[in-house]
Amino acid sequence: MDRRIKSLKMEHITKTFPGVLATDDISISVGEGEVLALVGENGAGKTTLMNILMGLYQPDEGQIFINDVPVHFKGPEDAFRAGLGMVHQTYMLVANMTVTENVALGYRNAGEKHFDLKTVRRRIEEVSSRYGLMVNPDAYIWQLSVGEQQKVELVKTLCLGARFLILDEPTSALTPQEVDELIVLLQRMTKELSIIFISHKLQEVKALSNKVTILRHGKVVFSGNTDDYSSQEIAAKMTGHDIVLPMNEGGKKRGETVLSVQNAVVMSDRKTPALNNLNLDISAGEIVGLAGVSGNGQRELAEAINGLRKVESGNIVFLGKDITNKTPREIIDAGMGYIPEERNTEGIVPPFSIKENFVLKDVSSGLFSSACFINGKKIDATAEKLVKRFDVRCPGIDTAAGSLSGGNIQKVILAREIERHPKFLVAVYPTRGLDMGAVEFIHSELLKIRESGIGILLISEELDEIMNLSDRIAVIYKGSIQRVLDKKEATRERLGILMAGVKEE
Amino acid sequence: MTKSFRIAFKASIIIISVVAAILMASIILWLIGADVSDTFFAIVFEPLSNMLHISEVLIRAIPLCIIALGISVAYRSGIINIGAEGQMAMGLLAFTGVALAFPDVPRPLLLPLALIAAVIGGGLWGFIPGILKAKLNVSELLSTVMLNYIAAQFYSLCLRTIYLDPAEQVYGTGTPQSMRLTENVWLGRITGRLHYGLLIAIVLAVLIYVLMWKTTVGFKMRASGSGARAARYGGISVGFYLAASMAISGAFAGLAGGVELAGVHRRAIEGITNNYGFSGVVVALFGGLHPFGIVPASFLFGLLIYGSTLAPSMVGVPANIVQVMQGIIIIVIVTAQMVLSNAYFQNRVWRKYQALMKKEG
Repeated sequence: MDRRIKSLKMEHITKTFPGVLATDDISISVGEGEVLALVGENGAGKTTLMNILMGLYQPDEGQIFINDVPVHFKGPEDAFRAGLGMVHQTYMLVANMTVTENVALGYRNAGEKHFDLKTVRRRIEEVSSRYGLMVNPDAYIWQLSVGEQQKVELVKTLCLGARFLILDEPTSALTPQEVDELIVLLQRMTKELSIIFISHKLQEVKALSNKVTILRHGKVVFSGNTDDYSSQEIAAKMTGHDIVLPMNEGGKKRGETVLSVQNAVVMSDRKTPALNNLNLDISAGEIVGLAGVSGNGQRELAEAINGLRKVESGNIVFLGKDITNKTPREIIDAGMGYIPEERNTEGIVPPFSIKENFVLKDVSSGLFSSACFINGKKIDATAEKLVKRFDVRCPGIDTAAGSLSGGNIQKVILAREIERHPKFLVAVYPTRGLDMGAVEFIHSELLKIRESGIGILLISEELDEIMNLSDRIAVIYKGSIQRVLDKKEATRERLGILMAGVKEE
Repeated sequence: MTKSFRIAFKASIIIISVVAAILMASIILWLIGADVSDTFFAIVFEPLSNMLHISEVLIRAIPLCIIALGISVAYRSGIINIGAEGQMAMGLLAFTGVALAFPDVPRPLLLPLALIAAVIGGGLWGFIPGILKAKLNVSELLSTVMLNYIAAQFYSLCLRTIYLDPAEQVYGTGTPQSMRLTENVWLGRITGRLHYGLLIAIVLAVLIYVLMWKTTVGFKMRASGSGARAARYGGISVGFYLAASMAISGAFAGLAGGVELAGVHRRAIEGITNNYGFSGVVVALFGGLHPFGIVPASFLFGLLIYGSTLAPSMVGVPANIVQVMQGIIIIVIVTAQMVLSNAYFQNRVWRKYQALMKKEG
C-alpha cells in the first residue's frame, strides 16, 4: 500500500463523448514532489482527463503508467489503491453527517472492509496535525463554510492514503482569504506529495506549480516549466490570443441618480439582519463596484433591489419611483436588469432551450407573442442573432441551456439582459469561475453598457475586477456601506482594510 | 454513427425488452400452472381481434387519457397530482347533481351545463392542494391523497342519501346508486358502448399541446415547473401558475368523470373511478408528459386493463396475476425507454461494433 509514486504518466489519452472529442491524444507526466498545473478554458477537457486518471471514465485510447508500469483503473477504488486521490469541484460530502462519518464513508468507497469510527477519528487527527489541516472531526458538514468543507475533502483524501493529489479547480468557490490560506497549505504539502491541480486562475498557477500544461479544445497546446513564462504568456497560450482585460478609463461626467437605496433593512434567510440601514446612490453611466467579503449582505442587497427579498424598512427608489417591495415583474418592467449570483439555477431555467431562456422575461411582452400565442419564428430569429453576437458556443438554439459550460451560460444571461435594453443593471459575481477569455468578453460588454449611459451595480469578490471596471467603489461590511471611494483613491490595501471592517479616521 | 446502425440499435433494444418481458411473465404463468401461450393471446391479441373488443379498450382509454393530460399539466408546472381519483369523484358528484336537479332542460343546454359542473367540481378539488402548496408550501402528496379519502367518502355518502334512487328505497335492494340520469345528459355513442368522449379526449390532447407549447401561459407553467427559482427571477408568479395548473389538472379529472357518466354508466354508482386517477399518473409519465405520447399510452393501458378482465373467463387465469404481468411489462418497457435515450450507452455499443468490424475486416 505504501508504495511511493515516483512518476505518473498519461500517454496518448483519447476519449470521445457522443458528438464531442473531449480529449485528443493528450500526454502528461508528473514526477515525485512535483506540482503540475493543468490549465485551459472551460470545456478544454481538463476534468475529463482527470476523471480518466481516477478510473471514472475509461479512455478510448491511451495508457496510464505509474513508476513506468502500465496500470489499468476500472474504477475509483483502483485509483485509491494505487495512491491517487481527487478532490472534485463540487464536494462529495453528506451534509447531515459529521466529518468523521464522511471520512468513514470514503473508506467504504475505497473498498476497505474493516475499520471503526475510532480508528478513523485517530487517523483524521493524525493527518490534520501532520499537514496543518485543522478540522473538527465532530462537526457536521452543514455547519462548515465552503473553505472548511474543502479541507474536509482534503483530509478525507489523505486519510485514504493518497500520495498523489488531484484538485479540480480548488479555489473556484473560495473567498480570496481562503484562497491565500489554501495556497500556503498546498505549498507545505508538496514536500511529501505530488499534485495535479486544475485551474484557470494564473495567479495560483504561478504561486504553486513547477510545471504547467495547457489544454485547448481537448489538445495539449503547451507544456513547460512555470517559472520560465509570465502570466501574460500563459494566458495568451491558453486562449490562443493575447488577453488584455479592458479597463474603465474614467472620463465622462456622472449623470443623474438612477438607483437610490435608502436606509434599507433586510433579513437573511436565517432571519438575522443582512442589511443594516444601507444607503447607496448610483447614477446613470457609472459602474459602482461593491467590494466586500462575501456574506456581508451582497446577495441580499441584489435580491432586495430586484423584488426577490422583502425590505423590512427603508426605501429603494428607481428612476424617481419607489420600487420597495414591488413584485419582480413590476421591477423588471420598470427597466431593471439583473445578472444573478446563481447562474445555473436562477439565471436560467436549466432544461429550457437557449432560445426559451432568451425570452424568459419577455415572452408575453408583445415582442414574442400576440394574444397569448408565442411567436416561434420571432424567437428563433432573435436567438440566432444573440447566439452569434454574444458568441455562445452551442450546438444550436434548441440546446438545453443547462448543458452549456459556465461561461456560455453567463453569455446567455448577459445577452438576455442586454437585449432587453435595461435602464440599470445589477451584476452579481458576473465572472466567478469563468476562464480568461470569457472574463475579457464580459468585462468589455459591461463597459459598453456603461458607455451607453446605463448605471451598473457590480458586486464582486475579485478586487482586480472591481478596480478595473468601477468609477466608484463602495465597501460593504456587515450590511452597511463602510465608505464609497472614488476610483482614484482606491488602492488594494485601503479596500482590504475597509473590507475587514476597520473604520477610517 | 450511421443511420442504419442507429435503427438497428433501437430495434434490437425493443426486441430484447419484449423478449425479456415475455420471458418473465411466462415464468410466472408457468409457476401457477397456466397455459402460457393462450394467456398471452387472451391479454394482448384477443382485445384487438374485433371491433367490439377494440371499442371496449377505447372506452377505458378515454378517461385515462383525459386524466393523464391534466396530470401532465400539473407535473410540468412542478406539482405532482395524485389526487385525480378524488377530483374525478367530485366531478361525478357535480355532474349528477346538475342532471338530477334539472332533468327537463333540453339536451343542448343540459349536457354542456352538466359537463361544466363536472369541470368546476374537479377543478375546485384540485385547486385546494394547489393553493395550499403555493401559499404555505404544503406537500401536494399529502394533501391530494387526503382529499382523495374525503372525496371518496363524500361520494359514497351522497349515493346513500341525497342522490339515492327513490326506487331503491321502495324496493329496498340496498344498492347505493342514483336513479338513471335523464337522457338529456347522455353522450351519443359511435358503436357498441363507445361514445363521443373519444373525440373529446383527442380534442383535449391537441388543446393541451397548444396550451403548453404554443402559448405564453404554457411557457410560464413549464418555466415554473422546470426551474421555480429562475422563473421567479424572470418575473413569473410561480405560485399563481402552480395553483392554476392544479385547478386545470383537477378540472380534467372532473371532466373525465362527467364524460364517463354521460357516455358509459349514465347513473352514479360506486366504482366508476376504477383507479383511473392512479393509472392516469402512470399513463402521463409513460406518455412522456406529452399529449402525443399520452394518447397512445392511454390506449395501451386501456388494452391492458381490458385484457385483464378477459383473461379469467377465457383461460381461467385470475385477474390478479394479469396485473402482476402488466406490472412487469410496464417496468421492462420503461427500462427499455431509458436505455434507448442513453446516448452514452449507444455510443459505447457503436465503438464495440466498429472494433468488431475492424477485427473481421
